[in-house]
Formats: sequence, C-alpha cells, structure tokens
Amino acid sequence: MSTPQPPMPQAAPTWQAAPGPSHPGYTSPIPVVTTHLGHAIASEWTKIKSVRSTMWTLGVFVLLVIGVGLGAAALVAANTDPGGLEGENPLSFGFFGLLLGSICVITLGVLTTASEYGTGMIRTTMVACPSRGRVLAAKAIVFFVVAFVVTLVSAVVVALADVALLDDARDPTGGEWLKGTVGVSLYIALLGLLSLIIGSIIRHSAGAITIMIGLLLAPLVIALFMFAQSLEGLREALFEYSIPNQLSVFYANSLSESGPSGWDPLWIALGVTAAAFAGAYALLEKRDV
Amino acid sequence: MIELEGLTKRYGEKVAVNNLTFAVRPGIVTGFLGPNGAGKSTTMRMMLGLDRPTAGDVRIDGKHYDQLKDPLTYIGALLDAKAMHGGRSAYHHLLCLAQSNGIPNKRVHEVLDTVGLTAVARKKAKGFSLGMGQRLGIAGALLGDPRILMFDEPVNGLDPEGIHWIRNLMKSLAAQGRTVFVSSHLMSEMALTADHLVVIGQGRLLADTSMADFIAQNSRSYVRIRTPQRERLLDVLHEVGVTVVESGNGSLEVDGSKAEYIGELAAQHHIVLHELSPQQASLEEAFMQLTAESVEYHAHSDAPAVAQQAWGDGWKGN
Repeated sequence: MSTPQPPMPQAAPTWQAAPGPSHPGYTSPIPVVTTHLGHAIASEWTKIKSVRSTMWTLGVFVLLVIGVGLGAAALVAANTDPGGLEGENPLSFGFFGLLLGSICVITLGVLTTASEYGTGMIRTTMVACPSRGRVLAAKAIVFFVVAFVVTLVSAVVVALADVALLDDARDPTGGEWLKGTVGVSLYIALLGLLSLIIGSIIRHSAGAITIMIGLLLAPLVIALFMFAQSLEGLREALFEYSIPNQLSVFYANSLSESGPSGWDPLWIALGVTAAAFAGAYALLEKRDV
Repeated sequence: MIELEGLTKRYGEKVAVNNLTFAVRPGIVTGFLGPNGAGKSTTMRMMLGLDRPTAGDVRIDGKHYDQLKDPLTYIGALLDAKAMHGGRSAYHHLLCLAQSNGIPNKRVHEVLDTVGLTAVARKKAKGFSLGMGQRLGIAGALLGDPRILMFDEPVNGLDPEGIHWIRNLMKSLAAQGRTVFVSSHLMSEMALTADHLVVIGQGRLLADTSMADFIAQNSRSYVRIRTPQRERLLDVLHEVGVTVVESGNGSLEVDGSKAEYIGELAAQHHIVLHELSPQQASLEEAFMQLTAESVEYHAHSDAPAVAQQAWGDGWKGN
C-alpha cells in the first residue's frame, strides 16, 4: 500500500493549548465530555449495524418467520375442509417460523458479545469505555430493542396474513393478538438477550451458540424419549418448561394443560435473564478482559 | 504522568509482573523495553484497567483508569493491531470508538488522514495488511487527541517507511508536551526514539534510566586482538601495564581505543597479529546482557539458553 506520509499529526501548534493548572503538558483541544450510557449505546448501535453478520442473521430470521409462518397457514388452508378450523386461533400458525427463527436471534445475540472476544475488539471497547457494566448494559439495550422490533414487525406481518388466509378460523381476541405479537416478540428478544449474556460469560461464539441451541432443544428432545414410568414427573416438567412449549403458550396451544400458562413464560424468561445478567456482570467485573 | 507502584500480576504460580515501580513523565518518549514475555503487554493492560493487578497500583495523573470520565481524550492506546472486528470498515471502527467518548465525527476523518488510510476508510479491516492494521490502531489512539499515548510494539509489521513515520510521530507527539510510552523488544529502535528507558525482564524492573546515561554506561569501546604468539604478546602488554581480557573465542580484548599503540608495540617486538580491530559494544549487547542475567536468575536449568536463542533471532531480523 502506498500512502501519503504526513510527517506528524496535523494536530498541533494551534491546538497546543495552555497547560492546565493541575497537570502541565499537553491538553486535548477536544472538549471534555463526561461519558454516559448514551454514548455507549450510540457506539453499540454503530457496531451492530456496521457488520454484515447482523444483516445476514436478521435477514434469515425475517425470511424464516414470514416464509414458514405463511407457508404453514397456506398449507393448512389448502388441506382443511370448510369448517374444519372452527374455533381455531389463526395466530397459532406463526409459531413454526418463530421457533426456527429463534436460532438466528440466538446466534446474533451470542455474536454481539462473544465475537468481540474472538477478534480482540473487546480490549479496544473496554479501553474506550472502562465501565464494564456500562458496556454490557449498552449491548443488552441495543440488541434487545433491535431483536424486539424486528420480531414484532415479522410477527405482525405473519399474524395479519394468517388471519386473512384462514378466514374459517375464529377472530382472535384482543388478548390473543397482544400475546401473539408483542408477547412472543418480547419472549424471543429475551431469549436473544440471554444468548448475549451467555456469550459474555463463555467468551467464545461457537461454545455459547451450542449451549443456547442445547437449551432451546435438548429438554424437549430428551423428554420425547423418556419412556420410564418412574420418570413421568420429570418428563412432564421437561415438556412443559421446554422453550418451544413455552413459546407455544403465547398461542394457547401448549403440549399440556398444566405448566406455564398465560404470560408465565415471559416472567420465567425475564427472571432467568435477569439472574444471568447479574452473574455476567459480576464475572465481567472480576475477570481480566 | 503515569505512576506504577509495586505493580504485580500473578497467573496462578507464574509471576508475570513483579513489583514494578516507575513513573512515565510527560514531554518525553519513554521506552519500555524487555524481551518477549517479559511482561510488557501485561503491564500496559493493567495501566488501562483491562487486567486487574494482583497487588500494587497504577495511577494516571493520580486517578485509576476507570475513574477517567473521558478516557479517549485523556489517554490513547495501541495495544494490538488486530484488536478490532475484521468485518467492520476502518471508518466504522473509529466511529464507534468516537461515539463512545462523545468525540465529534469529523475527528474520525482527521485521524484517518493523519495515518494515511483515507483511501481505504470504507474497506473492511480484515483485508488490511499488518502495517495497515497497525496504522488503524494508531488512528484509534490519536482519535481523542489525548495527552497520554501508549503504544505496544508499534513498529511491528511496518515497512521501513512506516517505521520512520512512527518514529517522527512519537517524537513530535512528545515535543507537544504529551506523555509518550512505547514498548519494544528492540533496543536499536528505542535508541533512536526514546529519551528515557525502562527495562524489564521476567516481570522485574532492571533499569529505569535516561537514554543518555544508558548509552554512556554501556557503550564500552575496546580493541580485539588475535595472534598466534599469544604468550609473547601477553608478556609485552603486561610489561607496559596494559590490562588484557581473554575473551571466549581465543581472542584478546583491551579496553579503550589503543589500536595504534598496540600495533606499534607488536611491531617493535616482532609479534604477528592476525587481527587488530577497534570495537564498540553495542547497546543491543548491553541490553541482552542485562536481560539475560534476569533470565538466568529466575529460570530453570535449560531455560536461559532457550531465551537467549530466541533473543538472538530477534536481532538478526533487524
């Protein structure tokens, strides 16, 4: 690369302000700003939108949610006799797309933190913002808002299309609309936020993604093959509290009648995420970067 | 002014930095010298609040790094040329740093221009050569136009033109009254840029001295002599009161610059000389000796040889 070689930074002479009273020597001409969370959020927003992996994971997410959501509804509409959907909640067909799409949100969440450890960027970040808690909070806020907005938009598109496609089904109530759009979007965004936190704890992208996918799928898969009678209680709990089942609670088509219902999954996710955040914060303060 | 007091970092049993106490003063370039693995980078990370010291303290103008409200306009650091996300463009990399400290966006363009990366500002950092990455890291350090600058091995990967540029940059930054702290494992590099020298080995402080003093103390001049009539020459030199040191490889060394005198003396006594050469001990040799001792002091049986071998390789490259 041939580059022009300015012999020295063009900064100097005019900028060489009078020495400060307490610390003689050079004083930066750039106005001193007391940094706060807002600066960190602006920085994280620039970061998340300036890498291609964000666009890829969110693009695939939108494609999966809308594509699979509409596909499922279209398939049902084409293969159901008139009147066959009597009493069904048409919003529930958004479930399949969101379940698959959640893998993208998990990936993006993990990458938001863990990729900085992989690349070494974290050292630059922490030098620029020595308050480690602020960095984690800014990442969490920016990611959560992005994940929530993108999920909400996709979920609303699918919900509207499904209601229009499946005109046999009953009209969802206001509460069902709220749960099937805002509710699931908050849940998915929290799942992504938990991934971000796990990424910060594990500091390794592949490891953290594996853990989160395991958390997403393992309980349900294990429960499927748990035949022993004596394990019935455990099997039931694994089913009920598996993430896919909790997701389906937002559409009121849970695998079981007991277990979490209504808005319970959101409170559970909120509690787990808050506890994980506290743990990640404590570790971040304790460990070397 | 950066002050270290009894700074210590242990990783389990291994002591990476051992009770370091020194100060980095403003207005001069302070060189931080030590062989690979001496603890230079660990020390710098502790200065920047990245690693927590096991014991001791670092203060920047009396404050801990994480107490600085505007860290980037106060202190700029180049730690590792690759400490950036490869998928992000140079411009966005600097922009997110600027935003985190409330630095105006136009400053990003200014520093890109300063380091000569304007043409590739929108290119992804992973396509950058080591030298370009190093320039981008320096741009990040200069972003806040800070009063203190820290560079960890800044000339690594740079071409001669880039090395020249870095040298001038550091000198001009110090001339403006800034504190410049630069680490290196190359004595030759430091001799050209640094005014003050801090040498560490095995995490311990070996020297904290001005460059002028270090040169005065360590640049010994002597005459090297090789002769087949060794005993006779020794007798002759002994008679006239010249002290001779026998060096390992069969040659003799005489302190001071007395080549002509010794040559004439040998001619008078009809002694054949195979070599008569004035020598100047280099700073590199002095430095290697300094650090080699520290290595021997701590390491186990075969370690010193290995360490010195690695050392020598480093010099040859330069």
